[in-house]
Amino acid sequence: MQDDAAQNQTLLGADELVLNMGPQHPSTHGVLRVKLKLDGERVRGTECVIGYLHRGVEKIAENRTYQQFAPYVDRMDYVAAVSNGLGYCEAVEKLLNVEAPPRAKVIRTIMTELQRIASHLIWLGTHALDIGALTPLFYCLREREEILKIFEKYCGARLTTHAFRIGGLQYETYDSFEKDVERFCKDFERRIQEYVDLLTGNSIWIGRTRNVGVLSAEDCIALGASGPVLRASGVKWDLRKAQPYAAYEQYKFEIPVGTNGDTYDRYMVRMEEMRQSRLICLQAIGNIPAGPIMGKVGKVLKPPAGEIYHSIEAPKGILGYYIVSDGTSQPYRVRIRPPSFINLQALDKMARGHLVADVVAIIGTLDIVLGEVDR
Amino acid sequence: MHPNLQALLVFVQNWWVELVSGVVIVAVVPLITGYLVLMERKLMADMQARLGPMRVGPHGLLQPIADAVKLLIKEDIIPDNADRFVFWLAPVVSMTAALTAMGAIAFGPSFLVARDINVGLLFVIGVSSLGLFGIVLGGWASNSHYSIMGALRSTAQLVSYETAAGLALVSGLLLAGTLKIRAIVQMQESLGVWFVFLAPVAFFIYVVASIAETNRAPFDLPEAESELVAGYMTEYSGFRWACYFLGEYANMIVVGAVATTLFLGGWLRPFPNVHWMNWLDVLPALSIAAVGAYCVYRAGKQPARVQVWFMWGVALACLATALILAAPLYGPLSFLQPGLHGAFWFLLKISAYIYLFMWLRFTLPRYRFDQLMHLGWYILIPLAIVNVLAVGVAMILETEYGWNRWLALVVTTAFTLAAALFLLRLNDKRSATASSAAPPEEPTTEDSYAG
Repeated sequence: MQDDAAQNQTLLGADELVLNMGPQHPSTHGVLRVKLKLDGERVRGTECVIGYLHRGVEKIAENRTYQQFAPYVDRMDYVAAVSNGLGYCEAVEKLLNVEAPPRAKVIRTIMTELQRIASHLIWLGTHALDIGALTPLFYCLREREEILKIFEKYCGARLTTHAFRIGGLQYETYDSFEKDVERFCKDFERRIQEYVDLLTGNSIWIGRTRNVGVLSAEDCIALGASGPVLRASGVKWDLRKAQPYAAYEQYKFEIPVGTNGDTYDRYMVRMEEMRQSRLICLQAIGNIPAGPIMGKVGKVLKPPAGEIYHSIEAPKGILGYYIVSDGTSQPYRVRIRPPSFINLQALDKMARGHLVADVVAIIGTLDIVLGEVDR
Repeated sequence: MHPNLQALLVFVQNWWVELVSGVVIVAVVPLITGYLVLMERKLMADMQARLGPMRVGPHGLLQPIADAVKLLIKEDIIPDNADRFVFWLAPVVSMTAALTAMGAIAFGPSFLVARDINVGLLFVIGVSSLGLFGIVLGGWASNSHYSIMGALRSTAQLVSYETAAGLALVSGLLLAGTLKIRAIVQMQESLGVWFVFLAPVAFFIYVVASIAETNRAPFDLPEAESELVAGYMTEYSGFRWACYFLGEYANMIVVGAVATTLFLGGWLRPFPNVHWMNWLDVLPALSIAAVGAYCVYRAGKQPARVQVWFMWGVALACLATALILAAPLYGPLSFLQPGLHGAFWFLLKISAYIYLFMWLRFTLPRYRFDQLMHLGWYILIPLAIVNVLAVGVAMILETEYGWNRWLALVVTTAFTLAAALFLLRLNDKRSATASSAAPPEEPTTEDSYAG
């Protein structure tokens, strides 16, 4: 933050007010601390203080075998654990030069898309709550519950699922899996209309989100922002299309993009992504190929010495894993590119000149999860 | 007898009604407030696809009591650097103002809480707006950034919206021609129409402004949880906090009562002078009896025996109330009717008004501060002024030029609505040219707290 004298001049000639938002604050989504420099209610600068949830995930990886580390990645973005797991498993598979069987890939795709919907639902609920709409949160949680029930039936866990294994899947789908997913998808179309009715055309909602936290496409790229934040600024970049992984090549779906790069566009992009994820699930659920669910991997994984970078399109943006192997059963180094952490850097750019209330909306629209920011 | 004692006796003789109603207000309003909160939580739960409080008592009926006890025995924290005296004083001011205002409200023609003051409505508005001092002082005394920002927001908001609310009330008062609370309702009775139909725009402005005045969503910025934690109440805990809370909900009742008195016909039942609508008199007893019957039906479904008994108790209480409300229908007891039924209709209308508040709260997102001020100063206040003029013109047309009242009012209301449209268009243009968020390079000269 620049602290030159001209910037410290406030409207009334008084001192700048430094307000600590967090780490305990209702709308910093966990333990984010934002130091706000305020002139009245206008934000002159922000400074994020992070690390309150740092657990050293990357360091832990160096003392675990490849399989042992897999559950840890679920604890990063705990709102989208399945996506984290997919990225890690695919990265290690790439390192081992094995491939998951087609059936496993399709099931992975379905689970990941369900997780994307669940993650976006949490985003929508909390974002709306931050802006003052109480009710959407509960509707969102109601739908998310259905997804979590499917996860629970599939692998026994709801939040940090560890649903996938390196090389494929451990569990075959349960009997009514396809029926459950299909029922959810059928139902969800009607549900999503409820949120649209509550928010999309609401003039207060539009007033609170239009032209708030505008990021241009150049800014996004310069900051490394990804995911819906990038796409809302008009950049059509989605790894599911650009570098297809899992079974995404087989399905038809659109990549929604915005034009202004403001909070309203990000809202619209994420809403459309939920609809598209629903369509992907419906396409996939009809024809899951038969066959094995586990590829040919041994009990002890010793990838050849070397390094690999693999990234996927997580609900919050590009989630990348950079893994260095020294030929032993434990990774030499794991470096994770977390979308939340990198998107969070845009906060200062977006919040300057806005009011305190907008900071809350902007933190909400960035859709950060502190578990992933701090790792 | 000691002269002082005698003086005291004389005082009590002259003022016992007021003293008793004072005690009743202080004793009853907190209880009503508690159940208002329960009602709010239950309604919210219903709209949000969940159950709400279910643990304390059947369907959470004892939750308010449990909450009150919890608040009373909570640790009372005063921040180190707070101004202790002001910190102590502020919630008391806030609560006292709201409770005092209730003293002048008429719940029925013969059922006035305190005296029928000749400037009744002015008294209610004046005293209830004193509660603002409690908020400002509390925010200042807490010595916390969140508190002071909440207090500042609150000041600006209340000052702005009280102007609009006051002007809206003026249009109603023009029609009533008096500030006496009882006389206002009697005027509506003699005209045979509620003022809401004569001055709909004024009523609408009052609804919006009173939501802002009571700090309810979508105008709950002073205590916006997601921004300012709890605004001016951030540093308060335990019973001091409860005082603020009580003041706030009592204020809701007060604005509801003012709106009911001036616009919704006070204690009058719908169609007060239409004889073939007299069957409406059965409604009070019948509706309460229906609630009682529902309790009986639910009693059988309660899981624990205590809860069954409790449900039966509530049912019996409802049935007893129904009996009391039915009593005036019996010829010799009909002198009770204005008082009993008046109170019923009055409370029903206040409840409907508060229900509207709650419904809006669950549905709408929150305004931003500058948007709130824009709405107040650029739309509501000009519209309220135009409306006062329009109602005045309508009255002159009626009295001086012999126009039909309805014709006069329809013409002037149409004029007001046209003005509203014009203001909205103007506002759209303004927000289209100047984006609400000033770019960081050129700091705006607009002061959000102006006003």
